[in-house]
Amino acid sequence: MDKILPRLPFAEWIDNGVDWLVVTFGTVFDGISDFLKGIVEGSVEWLDMVPSILLAVLFALLAWFVSTRRIALFTLIGLLFIDYLGYWYPMLQMLALVLTSVFFALIIGIPVGIWGSQQATARKIINPLLDLMQTMPAFVYLLPAIFFFNIGVVPGVVASVIFSMPPTIRLTMLGIQQVPKDLIEATEAFGSTTWQRLSKVQIPLAKPTIMAGVNQSIMLSLSMVVIASMVGAPGLGEEVYRAVTQLKTGVGFEAGLSIVIVAIILDRVTQHAGKKKQGGITK
Amino acid sequence: MSEQIVNKKIEVINTTKIFGKNAKRASQLLNEGKSKGEILKATGATVGVKNASFDVYEGEIFVIMGLSGSGKSTLVRLLNRLIDPTMGNILLDGEDIVGMNKEQLRNVRRKKIGMVFQNFALFPHKTILENAEYGLEIQGVAKAERQAKAKESLGLVGLAGYEDQFPGQLSGGMQQRVGLARALANGPDILLMDEAFSALDPLIRKDMQDELLQLHNDMGKTIIFITHDLDEALRIGDRIALMKDGEIVQVGTPEEILMSPSNEYVERFVEDVDLSKVLTAGHIMKKADTVQIDRGARIALRMMKKLGISSIYVVNKANRLLGAVTAQDASLAIEAGKTLEEIMITDLPMIPQDTVLIDLFDIVSTAVIPVAVIDENNRLQGIIIRGALIGALSGDNQFINNNGTFDSDEKTDTEVKING
Repeated sequence: MDKILPRLPFAEWIDNGVDWLVVTFGTVFDGISDFLKGIVEGSVEWLDMVPSILLAVLFALLAWFVSTRRIALFTLIGLLFIDYLGYWYPMLQMLALVLTSVFFALIIGIPVGIWGSQQATARKIINPLLDLMQTMPAFVYLLPAIFFFNIGVVPGVVASVIFSMPPTIRLTMLGIQQVPKDLIEATEAFGSTTWQRLSKVQIPLAKPTIMAGVNQSIMLSLSMVVIASMVGAPGLGEEVYRAVTQLKTGVGFEAGLSIVIVAIILDRVTQHAGKKKQGGITK
Repeated sequence: MSEQIVNKKIEVINTTKIFGKNAKRASQLLNEGKSKGEILKATGATVGVKNASFDVYEGEIFVIMGLSGSGKSTLVRLLNRLIDPTMGNILLDGEDIVGMNKEQLRNVRRKKIGMVFQNFALFPHKTILENAEYGLEIQGVAKAERQAKAKESLGLVGLAGYEDQFPGQLSGGMQQRVGLARALANGPDILLMDEAFSALDPLIRKDMQDELLQLHNDMGKTIIFITHDLDEALRIGDRIALMKDGEIVQVGTPEEILMSPSNEYVERFVEDVDLSKVLTAGHIMKKADTVQIDRGARIALRMMKKLGISSIYVVNKANRLLGAVTAQDASLAIEAGKTLEEIMITDLPMIPQDTVLIDLFDIVSTAVIPVAVIDENNRLQGIIIRGALIGALSGDNQFINNNGTFDSDEKTDTEVKING
């Protein structure tokens, strides 16, 4: 093989590219880094000011408002249990990381999904990119993230955003495209603009599907917390990672169980948020 | 049936729609006179509508009829450019919509044309009222005003009180009323109805047809109605365009389509029509022989003898029907010196001109003398004789009058012989 085709130095090119980016856009990356760090650490500080029991009750009430009483009860007991195990602060750190990541994944993912739903050419660009984002091992883009954003919570956020965005984009596209053709025709026949068609008919009808995508994004982002802790992101993931490196099985389980509890709460609550407010009967 | 209206609301001029990538090449072949199948084979493009030309007059119900795949749904979508025509012009109030930009087209869709869809196409996440408001909402009409208009048009279709329900909670017929109300709320001049009643079961469909005719009567909108159901077309259409393989085969009034099919296809299409439900008394009536009441029995008898008939109708000077006399009664009257008034039969079978044949069977079968057809002022228009009734049902054109009215110049001397 070597003799027929000269080995192209892809790895070198990529290294050089990353170096060039770091040198050229260093200040931009620093700005982004400070911004993200500010958001995550700020929200942790802010949440930590509230006594843990009161915060657990507040979260439970929020869950009740969005979903059902059973889920609210589980939220309360689950959070108090985490507090009891002594993982309250790491839990808050993880929550801030996850929610920040998901927030940016949605802010970018939903518009991209809408764009993709409207144009076939856009889909041709987006789909392979999504495949790449989902299948490329997360560690691989964790590395350049360190160069761009240093060690700490920020590369963790960036990696989580990249990893968790695809379901939101895919399901937004799918949901909008699944709106029956005759409804689209009806909106057109009455003289809707593209935006009116999207905002009044397509997006509302796609909402359950989009929410399923949001739910998946949250779950994927949670699955990234342990990996993010390898580049220094604090939180429950860090506890698990430390337990693994020090072979402390018990501690690992405790921290892992806490992650599971948070995951179940977020999953159930967002699933219900998608189902609720579906006035009347949908086909 | 249709009143004389000259205003052209829509003019479709040589309009063609070709689906597929090779539209240009396909339209070339089309101009060379190749058929739909040949073009599909040569280019892979499908001819949806082929060189359609017709006018729709203001205030009429224009039915486009054809079997599935005949291009009727494509044709109706060309009228508001949900599908862009490949060639041709479509004039709406004299303005060519084919050349319009997006903005102009949107305006036409918002103000001039309403559309009703086969499967209703209601927005499942909006209430009935919100559905009916939609057209006005996207025009930016203030909420109070658009709700008032939407309620008004829901009232028109008999759905007052259902405003806060969701489409999924209503039956098919009611959903289509919402579809109709949504289209009417904008106050368009033209309604496009794409197989609007095809998804409804027969009884409800008939009700909806009646209500549509009533609405049309009250509001005078121009309606383009697509259907694959000939009975429906004949029932509601002022004029019908029949389509086959993307081509318009014939345009005409229901009578014209039935009575003088322009080719074999139309003929085959209409051969199964139940003529007894379509033809009216006006179609089969013959000129009546009458005698004025002051003429006396002798003259009546002489006329009957001369014409070879056994009974004759008695009218006054205004041609108002008074009764009838038989030859037997007339000769008895001459002997007894009685007047016509004394001997005439007044208990006559009388029917209005627009009675359909199916309702005539009973009357005609029991009547001793031919059944009289009268207008609303009791004036004699013509008579129905059994032979003509049977002849018309067999589809024989010589027994059928052209426009459902009687041609007074017609010579009837030969036909009256079979009277009685």
